[in-house]
Amino acid sequence: MQTANLLPLVLVLAVVAYGLAYMRSRAVAAPLGGIRNLKALPFYYAARAALWCAIPALIVLAVWAGFEDKVIQGIVIASLPPDTWPESAGQASLILSQISNVAAGSLNPEFLPEHITGAASLLEAMQDKSGNFKAILVVLIAVLGATFAWTRVAPHINARKNVETTLRRIFFVCAALAVLTTAGIVFSVFLETLRFFDRVPITEFLFGTSWSPQTALRIDQIGSEGAFGVIPLFTGTLLISAIALLVAVPVGLLSAIYLSEYASKRMRSTVKPVLEMLAGIPTVVYGFFAALTVAPFIRDLAAIVGLEASSQSALAAGLVMGIMIVPFVSSLSDDVISAVPQTMRDGSLALGATQSETMKKVIFPAALPGIIGGILLAASRAIGETMIVVMAAGLAANLTANPLDSVTTVTVQIATLLVGDQEFDSAKTLSAFALGMLLFIVTLLLNVLALKIVRKYREQYD
Amino acid sequence: MNTMSPSISAEADMRSKGAAVPVPDGRRKDTLMEDKPEDTVIEEGKTVGKPFTADPKFKLRNVDVSYGADRAIKNISLDIGRNEVIAFIGPSGCGKSTFLRCLNRMNDSIDICRVKGSLELDEQNIYDSKRDVVELRARVGMVFQKPNPFPKSIYDNVAYGPRIHGLANRKSELDDIVENSLRKAGLWNEAKDRLDAMATGMSGGQQQRLCIARAIAVSPEVILMDEPCSALDPIATARVEELIAEMSESYTIVIVTHSMQQAARVSNRTAYFHMGHLVEVNETDTVFTSPQHPLTESYITGRFG
Amino acid sequence: MTDQRSQAEIVRKSLKRRYRTERRFRLYGILAIFIALASLFILFADIISKGHTGFVKTTITLDVTLDSGMMYLDDPTDLDQWSSADFKAPIIAALQAQVPQAASAAEKRELGRFLGTFADSEIRDLLTKNPELLNTTQTIEFPTHDRVSVYVKHADNPQYSIKLSEQQQLWVDELLQKGIIDTSFNDVLFSRGDSREPANAGVLGAIVGSLLTMLVTLAISFPVGIAAAVYLEEFAPQNKLTDFIEVNINNLAAVPSIIFGLLGLAVFINLFGMPRSVPVVGGLVLALMTLPTIIISSRAAIKSVPPSIREAAEGVGASKMQVVLHHVVPLAMPGMLTGSIIGMAQALGETAPLLLIGMVAFIVDVPDGLFSSATVLPVQIYLWASSSEQGFVELASAAIMVLLTFMIIMNALAIWLRKRLERRW
Repeated sequence: MQTANLLPLVLVLAVVAYGLAYMRSRAVAAPLGGIRNLKALPFYYAARAALWCAIPALIVLAVWAGFEDKVIQGIVIASLPPDTWPESAGQASLILSQISNVAAGSLNPEFLPEHITGAASLLEAMQDKSGNFKAILVVLIAVLGATFAWTRVAPHINARKNVETTLRRIFFVCAALAVLTTAGIVFSVFLETLRFFDRVPITEFLFGTSWSPQTALRIDQIGSEGAFGVIPLFTGTLLISAIALLVAVPVGLLSAIYLSEYASKRMRSTVKPVLEMLAGIPTVVYGFFAALTVAPFIRDLAAIVGLEASSQSALAAGLVMGIMIVPFVSSLSDDVISAVPQTMRDGSLALGATQSETMKKVIFPAALPGIIGGILLAASRAIGETMIVVMAAGLAANLTANPLDSVTTVTVQIATLLVGDQEFDSAKTLSAFALGMLLFIVTLLLNVLALKIVRKYREQYD
Repeated sequence: MNTMSPSISAEADMRSKGAAVPVPDGRRKDTLMEDKPEDTVIEEGKTVGKPFTADPKFKLRNVDVSYGADRAIKNISLDIGRNEVIAFIGPSGCGKSTFLRCLNRMNDSIDICRVKGSLELDEQNIYDSKRDVVELRARVGMVFQKPNPFPKSIYDNVAYGPRIHGLANRKSELDDIVENSLRKAGLWNEAKDRLDAMATGMSGGQQQRLCIARAIAVSPEVILMDEPCSALDPIATARVEELIAEMSESYTIVIVTHSMQQAARVSNRTAYFHMGHLVEVNETDTVFTSPQHPLTESYITGRFG
Repeated sequence: MTDQRSQAEIVRKSLKRRYRTERRFRLYGILAIFIALASLFILFADIISKGHTGFVKTTITLDVTLDSGMMYLDDPTDLDQWSSADFKAPIIAALQAQVPQAASAAEKRELGRFLGTFADSEIRDLLTKNPELLNTTQTIEFPTHDRVSVYVKHADNPQYSIKLSEQQQLWVDELLQKGIIDTSFNDVLFSRGDSREPANAGVLGAIVGSLLTMLVTLAISFPVGIAAAVYLEEFAPQNKLTDFIEVNINNLAAVPSIIFGLLGLAVFINLFGMPRSVPVVGGLVLALMTLPTIIISSRAAIKSVPPSIREAAEGVGASKMQVVLHHVVPLAMPGMLTGSIIGMAQALGETAPLLLIGMVAFIVDVPDGLFSSATVLPVQIYLWASSSEQGFVELASAAIMVLLTFMIIMNALAIWLRKRLERRW
């Protein structure tokens, strides 16, 4: 039976358990003189039965479904004649896909060696068995759980406490999911990164000045031929991010200042949401705009001036990205500028300072830490942005500071290396995880730093 | 509006003429118990005592201030003399701070605030459309309720005003201004060795004196003080009060205060505000020893406020 | 007093200069706002100007005689004849009847280039379903080839290159005059999946894919997000673990989205062996990405429920859990919903992580379940935008307009909810 069908079945069982336990609790209560003589309301006995029915069953189902395929694949591979055992993970996945294609009937078994067809029938049998076992086990556990809860419908047992404790634990697990996600990112990406550093020394990765993973397809060539120096990617990322910040910081900061200090209430309440729309537009739209409108425009403009611009220039991607992060700078700056107490403004104005003098000499310096925090957050956004650069920046890893040249970025490389079918074991694929690790660490550091600065700043005026 | 309770109005009338009230103390209190002072309706624009002086620094006539639909100041006329210290007293929300903030147009930053009437500083209208608010504020400095030093060094705080106005041509001139201002504010001895330290690290009393030094540094003619000691402990308050007494020689000082003792100690004249009305103005001694208006009396005897 | 007088004089003299600075500073602010708003305006104007033609299709309507001799097809039910049958011949014949001057074999071939690649399969499908139509004359509407469509829609636009010979252009003009070639609302856009041919490509597949993906995202991130927020606000003890969880959530909110794609690839696909390109995996990845947003806004909503409500409920003897479930959560629900809708709108526009889990595959069929291969709207836009054929650019812009419409609706819903349900305490 399929997982997709078992899930609703378990839920139906839970509802049944709920109903039965509800009726039983009323039945138990009746001879005692009504539900007031129970330790808890019938609802809680019923809810407990439903939880007992569903939770263990769902856990078993999730674990089984999660590892079923891997276990079966292991068994199938082990069943092959020893001389045909795969030598690498890549080969294994090739054989496995052959076997499963045969099993699914999409590959004609006539032209394949016998061990493959044998394995295919084994696979089919195993999948069948596993499906049946899973269904039986899950239903059994659900029924057992419900039965147990059913027997525990008794006036002296406080079901409310049980239910509340369980709920609280579920809530905790949900909150802990955030930690689990971080852990998942760190471990999955970190492990692949370690495997990558087995093949390419970390020093070459961090300090190499040339990046061309495409040449390193053959395993025996890795390290000697493929170039995995991250420097050109990093300079490309920094170049584009710098252009973006050069646009976003003045525009965002000055609009925040104008809106918070000068604009009328009405202007503020109309302009602010419109500005924030810039942050809500999907990045793929910006990418489209950068690649199909801004980049050709810059190329034509450069041609008029007599410069040569690549059709995928860093400038185009940077400018558009700058527009995208304007709201990050402006709304955070607005927050911190508004957080500067009014007494500061009064103090300065009462001395006869003009508004701009007050802004530049009192409010801005006072808000500076918070503004810097906001800019760091925007920078981290720019470094991690993918779609704009995938569409508008190039693939060529040029080590250049010329904004009219095409450059590539860390995110572009991650995306291109992992889009489409890949061999999961090659250095080329693994290098994407190393890049991801790098990106994660850099943005994490920026975020932690920014949040720390902002928090410290907030405490100052609280 | 003008439906006054007859007994009070008659009484007020008599008192304003300086007549003695022919009622024994106990009985009058009873009357007041029946008509609570808060309920007393005051006739608009009628101020008892001596609101006007010869050759005033500020000449304020028929001033009306409203926030949207709320009238915060109702038809007040008052003169503020040269180099006098005048104290504004009254219960919370009576409009004394609002009135104070009109004198250097600090209310400008509040959109819904409207000021009507004639407010003249040295016979020039403060609210004239051609009047420059920056220049006005350079002449009429202000010290606020809570010390509000800028998050800068002590030196930079005092030097801020002279710098923005371009009052010093050389660093040495600026140094002199800073030193003089700190001296006048009685802060020089405490601060001279740490001029580069952050002002926010000083004690509350020191911060408030620093704010006074900051205001003095632009050599204003008038200093407005909005409850300058309300956030300070008694010792710091005493220091600031001494300072006000010293400064009264060279500046006109308007001080809003909640503390009647403070008003009695530092001011030459006292003005009593009630619910947007200016009820009574007189020499400080007169106000505190023989108030003419029943509301003033109830306030200074602590019946409400 | 002389000191005060002279200083007042200095101040007065400095005023002109200072007000100039003040005006300049103000101008910078206005300029900055103008730049930001103008960029937004140009962006929208650009997309609309590029995309509005995507909602128009170019068609050729012909009276086609389904002549069995011309098609080498005697019996439409006989599958063996199909591979050798020529379904295109009758269309070209019908077209040539309208352009009689194109008589030579070469000229007929030129005419045939007006038709979209799938014109012949339309005849084939028609005959498969209705074999009795053989040797009758039918009026059939065919999509034109991209080059004709570009010529018809964009002849005056220098950004497009016309790929028709002058002779062909004359013919097209003639057919346009006769009303044989015509433009109409592009219903194909909303009734089909992707295609290799712009004229046959639609966003329906991507819309359904997006909906399925969002369904999974919502089903996971909404309950989990609220549960997590409730735990952190109401139950979490003040300890290191709670702090750690909080820091984690704040940081996750700022992790680049592509990292979540890496996580999905490594965990869901490689570790758990889930299939690529399916809405379930996409939804899971986006749910993990959206969770921090939902948790943060839900916590804010819970915080805004005044303590007096809690105290009142506790006062009548409700347990902590009852207080939370009966009072706090229902009162905070509008805020939670608003935050969730905004989070979902973000997820709807997200592209990068989905590229990594294989949702970029070329998929023609409209997905029919959570486990069938699918793509989503933003990815479809990306695919079309990077396509070299001109017809796809306008389709990409049109798809952007569809996507933005969805996002505007969601945001408007959030604003409406906030206005409608939000309580002020």
